[in-house]
Amino acid sequence: MTSLGSANRGVRDAGPSGWLAAPALFFFLAFAVVPLIGVVFLSFTSWNGLGEIKLEGLSSWTTVLTDPVTGNALVVTAKVMFFSFIVQAPVSLLLGVFTAGGQKYRAALAVLYFLPLLLSSAAVAIAFKALLDPNFGLGPGFHLPILAQDWLGNSDLVLFVVVFVIAWQFVPFHTLIYQGGVRQIPTSLYEAAEIDGAGRFRQFWNITLPQLKYTVITSSTLMVVGSLAYFDLIFVLTGGGPGYSTRLLPLHMYLTGFKANDMGAASALGVMLIVIGLGLALLLQRLGGKNRNASQLEGA
Amino acid sequence: MNGNEMKIRKLRSVALAVSAAGVALSLAACGSSGPAGSNASSDSASMWGLTGGNQPVLQKSVDDWNQANPDKSIKLDFFANDAYKTKVRTAVGAGEGPTFIYGWGGGVLKSYVDAGQVEDLSSFVKDNPGVKDRYLPSVLKNGEVDGKTYALPNNNVQPVVLYFNKEVFDKVGAQPPKTWEELMALVPKFKEAGVAPFSLGGQSKWPDLMWLEYLVERIGGPDVFANIAADKPGAWSDPAVKESLTKIQELVDAGGFINGFSSVAADSNADQALMYTGKAAMILQGGWIYQGMKKDAADFVKSGKLGYTTFPTVSGGKGDPANVVGNPSNFWSISAKATDAQKKAALDYVKDGMFTGANTDALISSGAVPVVTGIESKLEASPDKDFLTFVYGMAKNAPNFTLSWDQALSPAQGDAMLSNLDQIFLKKISPDQFITTMNATIGK
Repeated sequence: MTSLGSANRGVRDAGPSGWLAAPALFFFLAFAVVPLIGVVFLSFTSWNGLGEIKLEGLSSWTTVLTDPVTGNALVVTAKVMFFSFIVQAPVSLLLGVFTAGGQKYRAALAVLYFLPLLLSSAAVAIAFKALLDPNFGLGPGFHLPILAQDWLGNSDLVLFVVVFVIAWQFVPFHTLIYQGGVRQIPTSLYEAAEIDGAGRFRQFWNITLPQLKYTVITSSTLMVVGSLAYFDLIFVLTGGGPGYSTRLLPLHMYLTGFKANDMGAASALGVMLIVIGLGLALLLQRLGGKNRNASQLEGA
Repeated sequence: MNGNEMKIRKLRSVALAVSAAGVALSLAACGSSGPAGSNASSDSASMWGLTGGNQPVLQKSVDDWNQANPDKSIKLDFFANDAYKTKVRTAVGAGEGPTFIYGWGGGVLKSYVDAGQVEDLSSFVKDNPGVKDRYLPSVLKNGEVDGKTYALPNNNVQPVVLYFNKEVFDKVGAQPPKTWEELMALVPKFKEAGVAPFSLGGQSKWPDLMWLEYLVERIGGPDVFANIAADKPGAWSDPAVKESLTKIQELVDAGGFINGFSSVAADSNADQALMYTGKAAMILQGGWIYQGMKKDAADFVKSGKLGYTTFPTVSGGKGDPANVVGNPSNFWSISAKATDAQKKAALDYVKDGMFTGANTDALISSGAVPVVTGIESKLEASPDKDFLTFVYGMAKNAPNFTLSWDQALSPAQGDAMLSNLDQIFLKKISPDQFITTMNATIGK
């Protein structure tokens, strides 16, 4: 980042005092690091949430790691992560590019698209649960047999229903990110491309998409790591069922901790979640590529 | 590329990763924050009750008490059943539980007793014979752990009952099933008429359990579950368990349960609605849903279209057909962490505020049978007398009243049992797999 980097260099060196980070650091220590240490400690104990906490060594870990339900939860989590990404990324990218346009009707549509952002996960889950009810929901209500599936009770269907509801809730958020990203692209690039005779598709492919590289990485990180935190929505929508079909890792952790009251195993699952989340976040940052510091604004 | 740039990018990636971890952590920590100071600062006793049929009755009882005893007032909050069970345990574990702990007896009560979280009420019961004498003895027994009383019944007897829609039965020309064979024979009859034979709130999981409880009881008698509850190694291998699970899967195969039963929730009363709207002919559910139907489907209940009977017998079964499963009652335990003033107020309420004439009448008129003696004449005078005397007789004449298994077992066992039984209903696992998995939970 030659030109921009050197221009800003002086400012950065004199940059704001490190103390500005102190409040955030304090909250981070108090609400992330300290509980994290607690969770790691608890994972080596056995505790039912009421009595005394007994040190048990690795027994919680062996229980968790040999439990087929944990393996299943990992697979389900990976599936939800994959399908959520596949569905959400293109839809929100396209919607973001679309809503970034200046036309009035696009602004009006954007407001509609962002509506789900206003709803809490629990409200979304309760609404969809009612709509998808096989006996009293949308299908039987309007006598549409195609909608009268057992959406949340069929082990093969339910995962896709969950992915759909997650997408419904989160696509607006990622659309917003992309919209902001697109609006930051200098119009001069498009003007130059137009003079060179590039069509809309080429402009999208050769300007918009490369310019959005970091937006894509940010949005993807949030999508992928965020799927490790899908809890409230699924807890209310399916409770992890039917069977174990939608028992994602975070939900499995919660149910182990607060339904089965096995805090040791739940903590082990929590540590697993953190390690996987960290690993994925770092991996996605790496995916930025070797020359991720290269300028995107060459010639702008 | 320069050094500063690198540093900042690195910092940024670390910050991102760290914030991602924060998301995971906030989840991990979300259970540890109980309700703040529900009994710490104020010295009035606190009480957590359940929403549902008994909510107005309890509210009135406490309101009356507070009016008469402003110095010993009780602060009452209500929670939904499933949410309550999680919340109260976390709160009690954090020493922030309510003075009155609402419970079911069984394994959960035992875990509170083991952790020293609830008061031993034995001497209170001894000093106040009036309290002890008002209860049906078989119900009172469920509040005891190792011969000591830790919980006192607080509402109504709740056996599991087989409800049916008389209108649907008349249309098809069927009789309520007395044996399992009759039950199975009814399945194709109702299906032909386009009605689901049974409604089932499969998403809530615990309604599934009622089927297993009654089948095991009818086939093997009460000892089968008594052994399981006593943590005897291999207790789930009793042939009665396998036969019951097989029968359940046969009923699933025959299409006995309504389409999409595993997405029907009992917590929203959708399961009973399916029966009273005629989409399903029968439902196996707790005695408490009568209260709900009396409110939600008043005409249906009033016009006598609601039928009810006991669970059918199984030929060759060892269990007494008069035996019952369900919840003998709900209970109050008193928190050991409460202040002396709170404990005193709580015990005074238990002695003088509960099961007063007005409270008992309110329970009866809500469609419930209080767990007290000498109410026959009151039940007779009630507009719901048919159902109430049926339930009262069922509870009183039962040689054995088995507590709902998910309450009788420890929470870890109960959770595993409900998840695996769900798999049985979905036909994802075989009875043998269920038995192996459950045997592994013995002693946990």
